[in-house]
Amino acid sequence: MRTLAIIVLFGLVMAVLPVFGPTDFTLSFLTLMLLFAYLGQGWNILGGYGGQFSFGNTVFFGAGLYATVIVQVQFGLGPWLGLAAAILAGALVGLFIGWVSFRYGLRGSYFALVTLAFAEVFRIVANSVAITGAGAGLQVPLDPSPANLQFVGRESFYWIILALTVASLLLVWQMERSRFGAYLIAIRDDEDAARALGVDIFRTKLKAIVLVGALTGLGGAFYAQMFLYVDPHIAFGVAVSVEVLLVSIVGGMGTIFGPLLGAAALHLISEVARETMGNTPGLNLALYGALLVVMVTFLPKGLFGLATVSAGRLFKFRRS
Amino acid sequence: MLELKAVSKSFGGLRATDDVSLVVPEGHIVSLIGPNGAGKTTLFAIASGFLKPDSGSIRFLGQDVTGLPPHQVCRLGLVRTFQVVKPFAEQTVRENILVGAYLRCGSRGEAAEKAEAVAELVGMSDRLDAAAASLTVAGRKRLELAKALATEPKLLLLDEVMAGLNPTEIEEIIPVIRRLREAGVTIMLIEHVMQAVMKLSEHTWVLNQGRLIAEGAPEEIVRNPDVIEAYLGHGLAARMEKLEDA
Repeated sequence: MRTLAIIVLFGLVMAVLPVFGPTDFTLSFLTLMLLFAYLGQGWNILGGYGGQFSFGNTVFFGAGLYATVIVQVQFGLGPWLGLAAAILAGALVGLFIGWVSFRYGLRGSYFALVTLAFAEVFRIVANSVAITGAGAGLQVPLDPSPANLQFVGRESFYWIILALTVASLLLVWQMERSRFGAYLIAIRDDEDAARALGVDIFRTKLKAIVLVGALTGLGGAFYAQMFLYVDPHIAFGVAVSVEVLLVSIVGGMGTIFGPLLGAAALHLISEVARETMGNTPGLNLALYGALLVVMVTFLPKGLFGLATVSAGRLFKFRRS
Repeated sequence: MLELKAVSKSFGGLRATDDVSLVVPEGHIVSLIGPNGAGKTTLFAIASGFLKPDSGSIRFLGQDVTGLPPHQVCRLGLVRTFQVVKPFAEQTVRENILVGAYLRCGSRGEAAEKAEAVAELVGMSDRLDAAAASLTVAGRKRLELAKALATEPKLLLLDEVMAGLNPTEIEEIIPVIRRLREAGVTIMLIEHVMQAVMKLSEHTWVLNQGRLIAEGAPEEIVRNPDVIEAYLGHGLAARMEKLEDA
C-alpha cells in the first residue's frame, strides 16, 4: 500500500508541474527522463526481476518506432493504428528472440550477446531495405492535431509519457504481487529450484520478453510521434540498449523505483557534464561507463538499495 | 506409486545408474542409502525429470513420465528437494514458500494462506519474514522441505535433509517427516544419517556404483554382508563375522 501511495503521489506531483510554467528545456529534459524511466522499467522486468540481461532492448524500441512511422508514411494510415502496430511489432520481435534463445537455454552473457547481435542485424536490415527508407530514414509529415498524435506545445507529450511511466510502475507493482512475478524472481535466483517447484521456465521467460517487447515498442511509438523521424541508427543503435540497462542498474535492478531513480540520476549527471565540460562527443558515454563500474562495485543494489545495502549483501553479489 | 524399470544413465564412461528397478509403495516412508558417489542423487534427478535416462522407463501413478520436464513431473505430484539446498536467497521465507504454493493456488491470498499453513507444518511460522539467506543450515533444510510441500506433492524425494544437522536438530526434524506421511504424503529419503533411516523408513534400497545391491527392512540391511562391504571395503564382512563368532 505504501508503494501504491508513492506511485500515486509521484504521478500527481509530476502531473501538475507544467502549471508552474517550466521552460521548454526543462519540459524536454523531464520528458526524456520519464521516457527512459519507462523504457528502463521494460528492461528491469526481464533483466532486474528475471535475471536475463538483454544488451539489445533497442530492437524492441526500434521495431515500435519503425512500425509507427511505416504505418503512417508507407501505408498512409493514422498514428493510432501506428501505436497498435508498434505494440504488436515489439511483442512479435520479443516472441521471436525469446523463442530462439530461451528454447535453447541461452543464459547470462550468451543471452546478452544474442540480443546485441539481433539489434545489429535489425540495424543492417533497416539500412538496406526500401520500406524503412534505408539509410536516409523516414519522416512523418508535420501536421499537429490531437487526431494525428502531434502537438504544438511540449506539455502534451510530457503528460503522455508521464502516464506511461506511472502505468509501468503500477504494472510492476502488480507483477511483484502475482504468480508471474514470483516465478520470474525464482528463475533469477535459481532456475533448478524453480523447475523443481513446477515453474515452466521457458514459458515464464517467454511471457516476460513478449511483455517487455510490447512495452518497449510502445515507447518507441511515442518517440516516433515526438520527433517524427526515424533512421536505422536512432532505432537500432546501441544508445537505447545501453541507457535502459544503465538506468536500471544505477537505480536498482529488480526494484519498482530503480529505473525511475536511475533515469533521474543519469540525466542530471549528463546535463551537468554538458554544462561544465562542453559538448565533447562521447563524454556522457565515458561518464556512464565510469558510473556503471562504481555502481556495480560499491552499490550493487543501486540507488534504491542505498539505504538497505550492507557489507554482507555486497559480498553475496560478488559471489553470484 | 513410483516405478523405475531397468533405468540406466552414464556420464561419459561412468555408469552412474546401472539397470535400476524399484517400486515405491504408496503411503510409506522408504529410503535409499549407499556410499558417496553411489548414484543416489542421480537416481532422484532421473525420477524427477531433471535428467533423462539413457534407457529404462519411469512410471508415476500409472503414467509414463520418462523424459517429462521437471515442472510437469512436479505438477503430477512428484517433487524432489536438493541436497545442496537452493533457497531463493534474496527473498524472505514467506516468498520462498509462495513460489511453491502458486503451483496449485490461483490467487495470491490463497497462496499466502497455503504458505503459512506449510510453514506451521515444518515449524517455521516465526521465521516467515526472515530473509532466506539469514537462516541457519537447519532452517534452510526446513525451508527446502517447506517449498516442496507447498506444491502439494504426493511423493516427496528428500535428498539428505538431515546432512549437516546436529543430533538435536535431527531429533526435531524426524517428527516433522512423520507428520507428512500421516498427512498422506509418500516419502523417499536419501540419507546418510542411519539413526534417521532406522527410525523412519520401512523399506530401504542400497545403491553401490550405480547398481542396487540389496533391499529390505533397514534392520536386516545393516547386517547384509554386501552392504557392509560396500561401505567398509572388501573382506570386512567376513572378518566381522569371524569376530562375532569368536
